[in-house]
Amino acid sequence: MKLLWQLYKTWFSLGLFTFGGGYAMLPMIQREIIEKHHWATEEEVMDYYAIGQCTPGIIAVNTATFIGYYQKGIIGGIVATLGVISPSIIIITIIASVLTNFMEYEWVAHALKGINVAVCMLMINAISNLWQKNIKNIASFLIFIIALLLSLFTGVSTVWLVILSGILGVIFSKTGWIKS
Amino acid sequence: MIELMFLIIFEFFKTGLFAVGGGLATIPFLAEMGEKYGWFTMETLSTMIAISESTPGPMGINMATYVGYSLLGVLGSLLSTLSIVAPSIIVICIIANYFEKFKNAKIVKEIFNGLKPAVIAFIIAACLDLFLKTLFNLEMPFGLLTTFDFKCIMTMIILLIISRKYNKIHPIFFIVIAAAIGVVFRF
Repeated sequence: MKLLWQLYKTWFSLGLFTFGGGYAMLPMIQREIIEKHHWATEEEVMDYYAIGQCTPGIIAVNTATFIGYYQKGIIGGIVATLGVISPSIIIITIIASVLTNFMEYEWVAHALKGINVAVCMLMINAISNLWQKNIKNIASFLIFIIALLLSLFTGVSTVWLVILSGILGVIFSKTGWIKS
Repeated sequence: MIELMFLIIFEFFKTGLFAVGGGLATIPFLAEMGEKYGWFTMETLSTMIAISESTPGPMGINMATYVGYSLLGVLGSLLSTLSIVAPSIIVICIIANYFEKFKNAKIVKEIFNGLKPAVIAFIIAACLDLFLKTLFNLEMPFGLLTTFDFKCIMTMIILLIISRKYNKIHPIFFIVIAAAIGVVFRF
């Protein structure tokens, strides 16, 4: 019971302080899930992201379900997911009912811009952290560049990119260019 | 009303089941709902997307909640949000169960050796829009003084230095402080 409450509370706070898509959640995941509660390692979170990318649904929800499931089975997956969606339900309901024009207040726009600056900074930290741990050789760098260029400049679905990089991972591991 | 409730459940469950690749992938499904049932115009949808992007919470959930609310109030937002996450819970619990059994297999490790660098690329690609929007004024005519948003760039660099120096500071602190700085210095 205590663990379920912890799961709910933690994922609630992650939902509350995420601005943007599921990836923007990474700095909070690193702090709360990995460092504070030790519910997953950084490696595992990357795995969940990769799986979440090619399975249906919203990345944040998929990640919450994964981590909740490994802590407390199906009920854990459900509770973590309910935690991450609760702030959205509350906040959006308030905004949609009374504050539809809240974006027109000047100070709100300034605050949101400020928040975006913080999110940029946190993401730079999170990305450089992942970079140092995962891009250690030319072969990994090659996969990174291919995935980046294809996702920025072509309309190729990320599902195909996941499959392609998985195949490259196997090839490069077999040839010894990437050591696990 | 019962009919509308079932339609909301059906449409959002379908979106959750077939939208692969995260919150952004749900937008075409939402647009289709608007067209098919006349629930909202494209213009209303783009307002809902803009608000979902800038309010707390994962964008995909915010959009589902917003659309649900616009159809049937709080009940609608509960139905739409729970329906869009239900397929994820089912699918991920099944995958998580198998993943645990196979994750130590050599081939699975090799596959994930390739996926990790790719995930970093996906994260950068997903953030690029935010970086461009926040740190640059792309609508202005190009010029050294107009294109770069110096206030934001400087603030970000200062926050970056602080976060590197004191890595115990919680991300929430930076978000709150930056919001305050944004208001005070009129970003």
